[in-house]
Amino acid sequence: MAVLQPAASGRRDMTDEERNYLLLQRARSLIKHAVLITFGIAFMLPFVWMISSSVKPNIDIFEIPVRLIPKSLRLENYIDATNAIPFWQYLWNSTYYTIFATIGAVLSNTFIAYGFARVRWRGRNVLFIIVIATMMLPFQVRMIPLYILFARIGWLNSFLPLIVPNFFGNAFYIFLMRQFMMTLPKELDDAARIDGASEWGIFWRIAVPLSKPAILTVAIFEIIHTWHDFIGPLVYLRHPTKYTLSIGLRLYFTQYGAEWGLLMAAAAMFTIPMVIFFFLAQRSFIEGITLTGLKG
Amino acid sequence: MGGIARLSMFKLKRDPADQPNSWRTDNLPAWGLFFVAPWIIGFVAFTVYPFFASLYYSFTNFNIINLTPRWIGLDNYVELFTADPLFWTSISNSIRYAALLLVFATVFDIFIAYLLSQDVKFLSIYRTIFFFPVLVPVVAASLTWIWILNPRFGLMNGLLDLIGIKGPNWLASPNTAMYALIFIGVWGSGRQVIVYLSGFNDIPRQLYEAADIDGASGLQKFWRITLPLLSPQIFFNVVTLIIFSLQSFSEVYIMTQGGPANSTLLYAVNLYNRAFRDYAMGYASALAWIMFLLILALTLLIFKFLSGRVIYER
Repeated sequence: MAVLQPAASGRRDMTDEERNYLLLQRARSLIKHAVLITFGIAFMLPFVWMISSSVKPNIDIFEIPVRLIPKSLRLENYIDATNAIPFWQYLWNSTYYTIFATIGAVLSNTFIAYGFARVRWRGRNVLFIIVIATMMLPFQVRMIPLYILFARIGWLNSFLPLIVPNFFGNAFYIFLMRQFMMTLPKELDDAARIDGASEWGIFWRIAVPLSKPAILTVAIFEIIHTWHDFIGPLVYLRHPTKYTLSIGLRLYFTQYGAEWGLLMAAAAMFTIPMVIFFFLAQRSFIEGITLTGLKG
Repeated sequence: MGGIARLSMFKLKRDPADQPNSWRTDNLPAWGLFFVAPWIIGFVAFTVYPFFASLYYSFTNFNIINLTPRWIGLDNYVELFTADPLFWTSISNSIRYAALLLVFATVFDIFIAYLLSQDVKFLSIYRTIFFFPVLVPVVAASLTWIWILNPRFGLMNGLLDLIGIKGPNWLASPNTAMYALIFIGVWGSGRQVIVYLSGFNDIPRQLYEAADIDGASGLQKFWRITLPLLSPQIFFNVVTLIIFSLQSFSEVYIMTQGGPANSTLLYAVNLYNRAFRDYAMGYASALAWIMFLLILALTLLIFKFLSGRVIYER
């Protein structure tokens, strides 16, 4: 078949082989999308179910068969949820914890990583290996003595045990920032030194501005971590006025397990700040995870 | 992507000027120590001290009645190995959980990342969707899953009803609770998809083109090119997943509290119960040390057997 068209038309028919190839390509792409869409929907279903339940009136919640799209809306669930639990108090506590934990993580790890990445001194590498080694230590080993220590100095039921350690660096973040800082050109430091800059000046004027992507990554990771944190507040915060959303929501569930409309509304209000945050910082998010030690 | 020299989590960057006798090493350690000082203080207060204190407590009777630790030697360890069935239950549950999650999450995440690496349209939408569960706070996600898995009114059994299957009471049956938790674990493993995707994207196209010319089959290309070149990501994800899943606590504590019939009693949940429900701090410290040694041994084993197979430079 493969007939060539006259040159004037500027086109020719595809050969069978080309056509088959294209068909195969199209079929493969179709299957790929079908698989991805199926799994994608499955992955989003829990969130859709959360939102859907959060706007259903109580009668519709307990309806058989289940209905993913609510037949009637009851947005008052959201208002009721904020009244059923001291929602604003919990929200403030979660926010407070997240803000100060993140400030601590950003300040301390940038500072410490600079000492490991850009200043040369004897013992630096040995110490850095110790930093890495501490990552192997499970939280559970430190949990009990720290609890007793903080109880003895009267820090229980305050955010201090959760926030203060953040001002002293974290192995994973130090590692991440050091790897990043080592990729910055040394010549900048040398030039600044010749111009008479002190070590502090180099840190503040050169390393910090150039390390913004890594600093942002640490901030993002820490914001997610503290906002989600469950075991930390569970161990240290025993007084209801100090509860974060994590603890408060779970407590509400253990007391009023069947109030699914309100529970899902509260869960949605707990989740949505993270979603907004993700869309604001999406690129840094993805780059941050990729940067987590996998890029040279 | 430049992807020529790559470093994994476990391969540290070297400073080329970092040789003995280099003209720079005579820098006084003062500035270095100045910057590192916060870490040293924190290390001593929040790591070294608790590390040894917990070792000491593990040899003591220290609970709500004996508020000062009393030395009892190896008694806690003896009790743990010989007289505590929950120890063995929780250790086998945790190993089962970690092993199954590792297999399912790794296979699934590599599969999804592979599909995403094939120049698909709407990549960023798909990527966001698979990453999305990571954004849902653990308590919010756990409550939602309890509701989804509700045997009568939940979404899961509602969907199964549509195809004529009567779903079980997922979280309340010892036969299904563990699998439900692993399923939820795979749902939440989107970070790994991102890591694998970056690995796939760094594999040079030319290698596949060269293999095509040599007439390699799809399967051969996967085993000979894709898998070896993805090994840094696999290594990183496997190590972190094992360490984290052995320490898993929150989801399980919220969703099943270890039940039903201790079928999901993970090691960390048992430990937490001993420490903060029974206030058996000495005993719980012994549990923590066994956990530490177990994780240490596993990590060293993985490093010994896997790290030699990891290909970093290409």
